[in-house]
Amino acid sequence: MQSSLDLFGRAFWPIASGALVASIPLALASMAIGLVIALVVAMMRLSGRAWLSGLARFYTSVIRGTPLLVQLFVVFYGLPSIGVRLDPWPSAIIAFSLNVGGYAAEVIRAAILSVPKGQWEAAHTIGMSRGLALRRIILPQAARVSVPPLSNTFISLVKDTSLASVILVVELFRQAQQIATVSNQFLLIYLEAALIYWVICLVLSFGQDALEKRLDRHVAR
Amino acid sequence: MSPADPPLSGASSRPARPGQAAELVLRVEGLRKSFGATEVLKGIDLEVRRGRVVAIIGPSGSGKTTVLRSLNSLEVPDGGRATLSDGRVVDFGGKVAKRDLLALRDRSSMVFQHFNLFPHLTVLQNVVEGPIRVQGRDPEEARAEARELLTRVGLASRVDAWPVELSGGQQQRVGIVRALALRPELLLFDEPTSALDPELVGDVLSVVKELADEGWTMVVVTHELEFARRVADEVVFMDDGVVVERGAPADVLNRPREPRTQQFLRRVLKPLDD
Repeated sequence: MQSSLDLFGRAFWPIASGALVASIPLALASMAIGLVIALVVAMMRLSGRAWLSGLARFYTSVIRGTPLLVQLFVVFYGLPSIGVRLDPWPSAIIAFSLNVGGYAAEVIRAAILSVPKGQWEAAHTIGMSRGLALRRIILPQAARVSVPPLSNTFISLVKDTSLASVILVVELFRQAQQIATVSNQFLLIYLEAALIYWVICLVLSFGQDALEKRLDRHVAR
Repeated sequence: MSPADPPLSGASSRPARPGQAAELVLRVEGLRKSFGATEVLKGIDLEVRRGRVVAIIGPSGSGKTTVLRSLNSLEVPDGGRATLSDGRVVDFGGKVAKRDLLALRDRSSMVFQHFNLFPHLTVLQNVVEGPIRVQGRDPEEARAEARELLTRVGLASRVDAWPVELSGGQQQRVGIVRALALRPELLLFDEPTSALDPELVGDVLSVVKELADEGWTMVVVTHELEFARRVADEVVFMDDGVVVERGAPADVLNRPREPRTQQFLRRVLKPLDD
């Protein structure tokens, strides 16, 4: 018992540092890039041009229809066959960003569509172009609607970064695996890893609440 | 005053009404529009001259709102043409160039039935968004002018409120000021009081009347016949996609010639008879 507690304590920083230097930065970078992809894909879907919207549909369908693990393997182990060799980190960021982009595109598209048509018309009547209306009037309102589902996406992404361990990124779970193997304390160490993921996600949930409150300030009475 | 001057200020200098041909602001001829198989506009002519107020009345589904929205390029007619004050002609037959639609839209600004204020912006931000972001005016100057306009419509204390905190009548007055702040040649009102509680209608109509008295050029789609009688220079009665009758308010509203106009007025004025 004593030695278990001791191991738990000694394993904490190596595992947590895996989160700090790898899992969290990986999730943040992939989320940021993924959101940009998602916005572009959502606008393609809403463009009214058949080929653009078709291309966007195809992208979303492929991303949602294939396992993330397979996507990671294709980028890291597959692409070298056609001469594209990427390090673990760039591979992970590319695969995760594309993945987030596919899911978040649908969220953003739905959020944009949820803004009443009258808002577009009011923006147009004061002379705004489609782009300006989108940026100044529509997206700020769509943002409020999309925070809960995008938070889900982000929280899933944080946990999915554990898959990066299979393409040799030394992140939280990879650290845990190494310690577990050496110490032979699999249950203890994997539970500890799980606990740390959970704490990170709790913090994110608080962040989501704060963001929702902030975006709600104009409906506060 | 003309809309190029600081709006909503100074004494009334409304142009003399009849006989005198004021400068053309906008003319549309032969407007046609179908939604699917339904033809909602079957050849509409309308002419608006500077400082004049045109009221469009008619039963719901008559196409009056579609005409108004066409003037602001919120709908694109399938046929007909528009002539702008600078002589530019926009032909709606065939594919309409985007810059023509934008030129047409530029002339006017719309006040909506359901206000359509931007809920994520304060009252003041709603008003200055167009002048600053679209027209590129000096932000300080635009804000000062917006405050003055809001004060004129009785909203001085609400400049920093969110739209959701306002009553319907207050929201619509913000909607009017938002349109005014762009200093358009032409103000368009789409049933501006239809979504309001009856006791709030008066506040909004008195603002619209004041604007008319100051010489703003306006097209107003309305169900308020008393308002049309007192404020409009011309009343246009539409039914089923055509203009049935048009003329001075006293003629159209008091001595309508057409049976359809007579029937409509009877229904509106005495809804319980029949």
